[in-house]
This record gives sequence, structure tokens and C-alpha cells, in this order.
Amino acid sequence: MPITEADIEKLARLAQLELTDEERRALAPQISSIVEYVEQLNEIDTNGIEPSLGGLTLEGERTETMRDDAVRPSLGQKAALAEAPDPASGYFRVPKVL
Amino acid sequence: MNAERHTANAQDSGSNSQDATAHARTSRALDAAERLNPTLNAFLQIDRTGALLQAEEYDRRRSNKQGDELIPLGGTPVAIKDNICVRGLQASCGSHILENYQPPYDATAIERLRRAGGIIIGKTNCDEFAMGSSNENSAFGAVRNPWNTKLVPGGSSGGSAAAVAARITPVALGSETGGSVRQPAALCGIVGLKPTYGRISRYGLVAFGSSLDQIGIFSLNVQDVAKVLGVIAGRDERDATSADVAVPDYAGNLTNEIKGARIGVPRALFGEGLDEEVREKVESAIDVYRDLGAEVVDVDLPHSRYAIAVYYIIATAEASSNLARYDGVRYGVRAEEAATLDRMYRRTREHGFGAEVKRRIMLGTYVLSSGYYEAYYRKAQQVRQLLREDFRRAFEKCDAILTPTTPTTAFPLGAKTDDPLAMYLNDIYTCTANLVGIPGISVPCGLSSENLPIGMQLVGKHWSEKTLLQLAHAYTEAQPFTALPPATALAT
Repeated sequence: MPITEADIEKLARLAQLELTDEERRALAPQISSIVEYVEQLNEIDTNGIEPSLGGLTLEGERTETMRDDAVRPSLGQKAALAEAPDPASGYFRVPKVL
Repeated sequence: MNAERHTANAQDSGSNSQDATAHARTSRALDAAERLNPTLNAFLQIDRTGALLQAEEYDRRRSNKQGDELIPLGGTPVAIKDNICVRGLQASCGSHILENYQPPYDATAIERLRRAGGIIIGKTNCDEFAMGSSNENSAFGAVRNPWNTKLVPGGSSGGSAAAVAARITPVALGSETGGSVRQPAALCGIVGLKPTYGRISRYGLVAFGSSLDQIGIFSLNVQDVAKVLGVIAGRDERDATSADVAVPDYAGNLTNEIKGARIGVPRALFGEGLDEEVREKVESAIDVYRDLGAEVVDVDLPHSRYAIAVYYIIATAEASSNLARYDGVRYGVRAEEAATLDRMYRRTREHGFGAEVKRRIMLGTYVLSSGYYEAYYRKAQQVRQLLREDFRRAFEKCDAILTPTTPTTAFPLGAKTDDPLAMYLNDIYTCTANLVGIPGISVPCGLSSENLPIGMQLVGKHWSEKTLLQLAHAYTEAQPFTALPPATALAT
């Protein structure tokens, strides 16, 4: 199914991207051709096939166990804020929401 | 040991050269990195001061004989892909959006490398957020292939592969989501391992496709890959997907004895799209295994021709979700002049991400969006199940499956940048292992008529790294790859 520039704009909003006109124009045919390519999966009958969520084997899944709910040292506020573009008074500051 | 032979002309002869001090070896690696970087662009950051301090510290601990834990890597200089966190160094992931980011902690793999005597000399260039097969998607310029600087080194871990191929460091870490270690290893003529999903902790590896990602290892020889794997593998409670599976002595008892091993060959994958010279060299590798006493059997992987389609649905879906965190709030670069929060998010991401990353976020958003989820994402997960089933059946007949690593040798810079789909097809032989979660290793198996390396790949069952390393080692002993890339001449 061809993907239009309007579709691209809608996707960009969902993905929080602000595309330029040029990017929108380039992306429409590129995404279309990739989607067309992946649609070859429709050749395969997957009725009743359980989806595989990942690469973990039983050995791996076994280890996804709970650990003790205990307090441990962590980064701390100073280090956690050190990489923020606009920290203020121990918070992450952002532009006005409303 | 093997490395001696491989690196006759080189800066460093592998992790066993404990005769030289760590300081001397690290200095040599740093010199080579600085001298070659203007040509190769393999490093985004070279940490001379920090590396020499680590090396001095190691030499001091060694002379005081403080503990056996120092021994495995014995002061070996290591290069680290820029999407793996090293405290105090940058982790840009090849992206503008993180160009000023310095993680406040070490990845678990880095912690373990350091403890075992690895010396981190710098961060290597890569495709932005590990998305690419040529390294041309780095925001900081493409890496050049040490065999021919007009060609790509492969990707996404191209900087790490080039650093090892150019004999700057004997070992490097990369990461894989669909072949990003094995493919550049093949194009650069070195060994590259992608372990089983869950084998190495991903704590401190910047996430791309969480059901696929795994840290991988580059070296000139199988022995050193095995040694590093033994050091960094194993359960880590900070990564819930790291499995509590015993870590065997990978590097011990690597012999040439593989008599009776069964090598599976999926003939259907040796046809269309495969370069003739690559096919010939891989066929010769199969003959080498036969001569070593292995039994070669036919296997069938009927769904592998759908792997790229499955991969580009699953990987982009997961990426679009993982990359939502780059919003200009907690770290990285924020776009200025945005009056509202919403504008700030959009501008930050628009300016911070490159074209391929945006393309994949868009595609991932599309396949996950309301009304399409069932048709694309769920369908891909079902075909992924069929792929797993293919491999399970194949491994009833063999211990490892042998294929080319890539359909062609290294291609020219710019050759595929306008055609995303053509670029994606580079991963045709590699991305199945990520989808299924099994380990794979690429080993050099010859040079083309244009003097470019060719790689063959072995994949095995979950947790069969020991077998793969053994098979790869036996091959490299029988058929040593001794050619040196031209770029090494510049290193001295």
C-alpha cells in the first residue's frame, strides 16, 4: 500500500519528529518500498503460530526472577542531573507545558 | 600462539604478549590510533591520559602480584564501540543527539574487562545508534576500510573492526542487532563473535532492538575472542535478560581435533545474490572442514529468505520505542528556541537524529501503529517463531551451520546510501542468528582477486559458543589468514 506524505506527517507526529518538507518527500517513497518488501511475509500461512517475542531460551527465562527489595546505593541526584541540558534546583527543567 | 603469526608486522601481538608492560603496549596502541585516525576515522575519542593511567595501575598491581584476577587479559589494549558506556568517556553512539554525553558509569562488560586487565584506549566510531551496515550513518563521518580506504568497513561496529584489522588494538568490543559485528569482521578480515542472546550483560549498552541486541567481540584470532568472552560473559543482576548459564573455560583446550563434528550447509542460501568469489572461498572452507574430519550435511532453513523482512519490522519497532527516551530532558543535546515542551521534543529529535535513524523510527512507528500492529508486528513475530523452528530442526542434524557472512566483499563508500533496501540486504546471512537468539562467528576465509577479505560464518545452538570457537579455531589453524591490510603500513 503506497504511503503518502500525509501519512508520513501523521507518523512524524506520533514519533515526535518535526520533519522538513524535503524529508517528508524523500521518506514517503522510501517507507513505501520497505513496507512493500516486508509484505512478502503475507505469503506465509501463520495461522495458529504462537508469536516469538525474543531470543531468550528457557535457560534465560529462568533467570528473570525477583530480587530482594532492599535499598542500595545509586547514582545520587547530583550525578543523575549532571548530564541534563537544563537542570535547576535539583530538577530537570523543561519549557512551559501549558 | 596464533596471534604471533597473524601480526608479524603489527603493533601488538595479542593478549598473550605479557612480556611487554601494559604501559608499553598501551603507548604503542595509542600511537597507532593517533597516526591512523586521520585516514581511517575509526576512533571518536582516544583517551591517552586515562589509558596510560590504567596501564600504569595494571603494571603496578602486576609487579605486586596482587591476585590472579589480573591475568586473563594481561594489560591488553581494547577499543570500545561508542554505544557502550565507559565512565568518563563519551558515548555519542555516533549521534549528534548524544554528542556531549558522558555516562556516569561503566557497562558491566567494561567493569569485567578492566578487572581482568583490559586497558580501554578509546571509543570507536559506529553507525548512528548502531543502525547501518556501512558505517556511513555515523554523524561524525564514515570509517574507512583498512584494506582500501575508498571502501566501507561494514557496520554498524565499523570503527571497532577497523581498529583491530589495522592492528591498533588486538581486541575490540562491538554490538550486534542484526550482524553489526560479524559483517564488519568479514569485510575487514578479522574474527567477530556474536554470542547467544543473554550471554553477555547489556547493562551499559545503549538499547536499539532489545529482543536482538548483544555485545560482540572482535579480534585477530579465535583464542583471544574466547578469552574475552570468558571474562565478560555471565549473569549480571542489573540486566534481567542476562542468563544464569555457567560460563565454561572458552579459551582452554582449543584444539584442532574436530573429527566427527557435523557441519550443516544450507545450499539454498548459496544462490542468488551471492558473489561468485565469495561462494568459491566459502566452498573451499567447507572442503577444509571435510579434510579435518568433519561430516558435511545438507540442512534446510526454508524461512530464512524472509529473515530481512522479519528483522526490519521487529528491529525498527523496538528502535522506535527505545529511542523515545531521547527527548532533550535528562541527557544529550536539547534544541534551543522552542517555546513549548512539545516543540522542544520535536526540534530536539529533528536536529539530533540523522536520516537513517529517522527512517527507522518512522517505519517502527508505522508497524506498531493502530490498525497495522497485527498485520506487521505480530505477523513478523510469528514468522520469527517459524525461523526458530527451522534452526531447531537443522540442529538435530548438525553441530553448526556454515554460510558466507556477507553476500559480497566490502563495497565503495556511497554505493548504497540512496537505496536503504539494498543496504539492508547486507544482513541476509547474519540477522537470522539475532532473531533466533543463537551465537554466530565470522572467520576470514580468503582474499578476493581485488585483495579484499572474505568471511565465512558458523552459527550454532543456544549456548554453543564453546563448540563454535573450537570449530573456528581448528579452521584457522588449518587455514591461517596471514594477509595484512595496506593501512597497517601507516601505523608504524
